[in-house]
Amino acid sequence: MDLALYYENYTYVVIFLLLGVALPVVALWFGRLVRPKNPYEEKLVTYESGIKPTGDAQVRFHVAYYIVALEFIIFDVETVFLYPWAVTLDQLGWAGLNAMLIFIFVLGLGLAYSWKKKVLEWN
Amino acid sequence: MDLVFMIIYAVCLMLLLLGAVTYAILFERKVIGYMQIRIGPNRHGPWGMLQTIADVSKLLMKEDVIPKAADRPIFILAPVIAFVPSFAIYATISWSENIYAADLNIGVLYFIGISSITTLGVVMGGWASNNKYSLMGAMRSVAQVISYEIPLVLSIVGVVILAGSLNFREIVFYQESIGLWLIIPQFLGFIVYMIAAIAELNRSPFDLPEAESELVSGYHTEYSGFRYAFFMLAEYTYAIAISALATTLFLGGWLGPAFLPGVVWFLLKMCVFMFIWFWLRATLPRARVDHLMGFGWKVLIPLALLNIVITSIIKVWMG
Repeated sequence: MDLALYYENYTYVVIFLLLGVALPVVALWFGRLVRPKNPYEEKLVTYESGIKPTGDAQVRFHVAYYIVALEFIIFDVETVFLYPWAVTLDQLGWAGLNAMLIFIFVLGLGLAYSWKKKVLEWN
Repeated sequence: MDLVFMIIYAVCLMLLLLGAVTYAILFERKVIGYMQIRIGPNRHGPWGMLQTIADVSKLLMKEDVIPKAADRPIFILAPVIAFVPSFAIYATISWSENIYAADLNIGVLYFIGISSITTLGVVMGGWASNNKYSLMGAMRSVAQVISYEIPLVLSIVGVVILAGSLNFREIVFYQESIGLWLIIPQFLGFIVYMIAAIAELNRSPFDLPEAESELVSGYHTEYSGFRYAFFMLAEYTYAIAISALATTLFLGGWLGPAFLPGVVWFLLKMCVFMFIWFWLRATLPRARVDHLMGFGWKVLIPLALLNIVITSIIKVWMG
């Protein structure tokens, strides 16, 4: 692909990103002109089913979320390897296929291990 | 001159998209209404055609309440962060053989990479609200979206192996050359994609982050007015984008009998997917959170890996 076309394609991407930012900014600015503004103490209290909020909500959360995040990173890195391999599989042939099958097998072992260790259970 | 054309294209697409979201919401309410033997919205305009427009103008005129305990800059930024990626992914979608914007040769990667930023907006909104329901909704949403992102991404690898390209247009040209939509050779991948996509969209039956019976309204509990509208808009634009991706990858994009132009075929196929999301919402009860997480890791990921193994062996075997 020649360079001019390459730049043209990514100009589109930049335009879409900028326009995506512009719409909320313009809409919220326009909204300011038409919406009422009457804040008072009770209105600005955090919603907690109609009672006074107790304590802070920005607390530590359950460790299970971190474990899911770790598993996610492992598999996400795997997909980074899978995509270039999938595109070039034509040229790689059997050698490339075998290498990736071993890789997937090892990863499957890891999944089976975390399954057995009950990491995938959600309580 | 070229730049002007590009900007006009992007603005037109954005306006069309806003219209599409407006009527997707009406379509959803009508479909679910008829499935539950109700009529659905029918007061504003013929057949309720102006209902969503009335709703949006009401939201625009609502007071913008930011709670005192909230983290103000992040609270304001969150809906924007949620919306921008869901619109930016439209840059790569090829609507027909001639109507397309960015013809990226890494289109699939761009789509997946950008769309996952939306989650960040959800976490920011939930965290900045300083509300217990919001935080729980946001955390659930993240756990769910990252768990189902993997089967979603893996299910597309099968298509990439067959087509040998990450470019959306080349994937459609490949389907044209073999005279077969990839839903047939990639049926397992398609099923995994559909289930993972529903979870990614936080749609029913996997709408746990917004489970109103336990979490009020999840991560956007504290949001009102147009900020709330942008979370909803992001959700629907993303739903339409996921339908467009499914159309391109599995249903042959703009391919179809010649009596209708390609872009019409593309939009019709997208409508089928949109209808499926609504149909499932009206049919299935909400899944339990431990079932949901277990299903993603124990069923969908092994199935997606199996699909990759089978597809790659067949591909190398056939040469």
